[in-house]
Amino acid sequence: MAQVRLKNITKQFDGVTAVEDINLDIADREFMILLGPSGCGKSTLLRIIAGLEDPTEGEVYIGDTMVNNVMPKQRDVAMVFQSYALYPHKSVQDNIEFPLKVRKIPKAQRAAAAIEAATSLGLGEYLDRKPGALSGGQRQRVALARAIVRNPAVFCMDEPLSNLDAKLRGETRAELIALHRRLNSTFVYVTHDQVEAMTMGSRIAVMSRGHLEQIGTPQEVYDKPSSVFVAQFVGMPPMNILPAGSLETGTHLVGVRPEHLRISPDQPLSLHVQLVEQLGHEVHITGSVGDRRVVIRQDSAAVMPAVGSVVQVGAAENVRHRFDAVTEQRIAE
Amino acid sequence: MKRKRRDSGLAALMLVPSGVILLLFVVYPLIKAVWLGQQRCGVTKCTNNGFDQYLDAFRSNEFQDALIVTAKYALITVPIGLVLGVALAVLADKYMRGVGIFRTIFSSTVATSVAVASVMWFFLLNPNVGVLSEWIGGIAKTPGLLQDPRSALWAVSASSIWANLGFTFIVVTAGLQGVPKDLYESAYVDGAGGFSRFTNVTLPMISPTLLFATVVLTTRAFQSFGEVDLLTEGGPLGKTTTLTYLAYGSGLPTSNDDGLRATVSVLLFAVLLALALVQFRGLEKRVHYGN
Repeated sequence: MAQVRLKNITKQFDGVTAVEDINLDIADREFMILLGPSGCGKSTLLRIIAGLEDPTEGEVYIGDTMVNNVMPKQRDVAMVFQSYALYPHKSVQDNIEFPLKVRKIPKAQRAAAAIEAATSLGLGEYLDRKPGALSGGQRQRVALARAIVRNPAVFCMDEPLSNLDAKLRGETRAELIALHRRLNSTFVYVTHDQVEAMTMGSRIAVMSRGHLEQIGTPQEVYDKPSSVFVAQFVGMPPMNILPAGSLETGTHLVGVRPEHLRISPDQPLSLHVQLVEQLGHEVHITGSVGDRRVVIRQDSAAVMPAVGSVVQVGAAENVRHRFDAVTEQRIAE
Repeated sequence: MKRKRRDSGLAALMLVPSGVILLLFVVYPLIKAVWLGQQRCGVTKCTNNGFDQYLDAFRSNEFQDALIVTAKYALITVPIGLVLGVALAVLADKYMRGVGIFRTIFSSTVATSVAVASVMWFFLLNPNVGVLSEWIGGIAKTPGLLQDPRSALWAVSASSIWANLGFTFIVVTAGLQGVPKDLYESAYVDGAGGFSRFTNVTLPMISPTLLFATVVLTTRAFQSFGEVDLLTEGGPLGKTTTLTYLAYGSGLPTSNDDGLRATVSVLLFAVLLALALVQFRGLEKRVHYGN
């Protein structure tokens, strides 16, 4: 069993709070995504799970064991770094073997395990090469092979795809999903990329300023964001937040996803069109309602308004999200 | 084509100042030394013995003894200096309060001249008033570490190691700061202990720095003159007469012969050149220069 449980975790660096009072249960074999902008504390949380940072307060459990005072070596956790952290002076095989070597596994046994891990990730022909002679994608796979070679209970991944180009990132995303299915282990994956979060995670934990904003499946987080922050962080283009009293009477804010805004003469809001972006499969129409920036996502076949024109827009009641104007938290329906 | 020729001419013209300096201060003195090294000089005139003088000088007991002393001196000072420098740099390569004070102390010897360091060690090792002699006792008191033929070279080496420690510390510290912290963290999560991280991450990653420090420390050891002159004047019984002291020191067969001094200097140059080549060839395979 390799569930991970974080209980009231707080971490401060020289008096500055990086994460505060985090409670998070990650189920065995779950693919949990820690999603948030730079500086929100997601990497700190991952490093606390891996044992690279000690929490200032709170308890970390892996399985049923509290691991606050357990060395990373004994936590049965593997980590994949954003920089891959490959040893440049060692060959691919030696890099992959390293975790087994420090555990004093016999040479023949660790060589066999390294070759198996490398072959499973398509690195069989690069075993004798140094990391410097590999492409970014191959290096990333070496880092993954080094993580899987000792069959850990928990994989911690700190933005492992962010150094890859867009095409390779897409391919590697699919490989990671397949790897998770094959290994049947618990994955904790840090990213600021919502596409990675939505496509890979069993659940997403959205973080902001050291706090957990929302935990849920990708669909839950997208369909029912718990706050204005989550609503605007998940989804591209982000959710439009309309001022109180504009679409509905009342003092609350109203959020509408760009794909749910409709252009029609009978709609209540006047949009001053400032930009029309043709993306091929869809069109983004950007404009302003009062002093608010609003984006509409439309099918490319629809009739496009001209830049500089004013069109009427609105959204059906069942696609509107309501947030408290002061706390910016979702108002229960 | 025409433009290329014009650019080449301009490039050559711009190289002239450095070329002149190089010729005047490097090439000319070297040629002059090689020429002078073929002479035996008395008070009034020199006689030319040709290149045989180099062979004769190389085979002479004085040169051979000085070469052995210098080699021993390098074998003592370089490894010990390197180990101490790396150890101090690794200790000081921590993010903790007050570490800057230690870094300043450890690197301070780089600002100390050989003369000052030698005088300091001369007093420390003085058999009558020296603090170190008092602590060590035995031969350190009678006749004194610098006076006993068995310990003189070790005593001079101690002074040299101390004086060079600041240089090694600074160079290795710079090397350590270039090692990505991710590598240590990755090794830590993978289960590597402190010693394993040192051998698997630190040492390979700073190997270019270590090669550089080894070559410089070896060259310094082969060129050391100040410590020997101030602490022992080549004695006792020639046990600290290094090659440089043989070339420049007083009270030796070479002392009044500029020709012989030049011969020894040129031979020292050849020895150092050969040594540097051997070091680079031998150690470069073990050095990793990054991606």
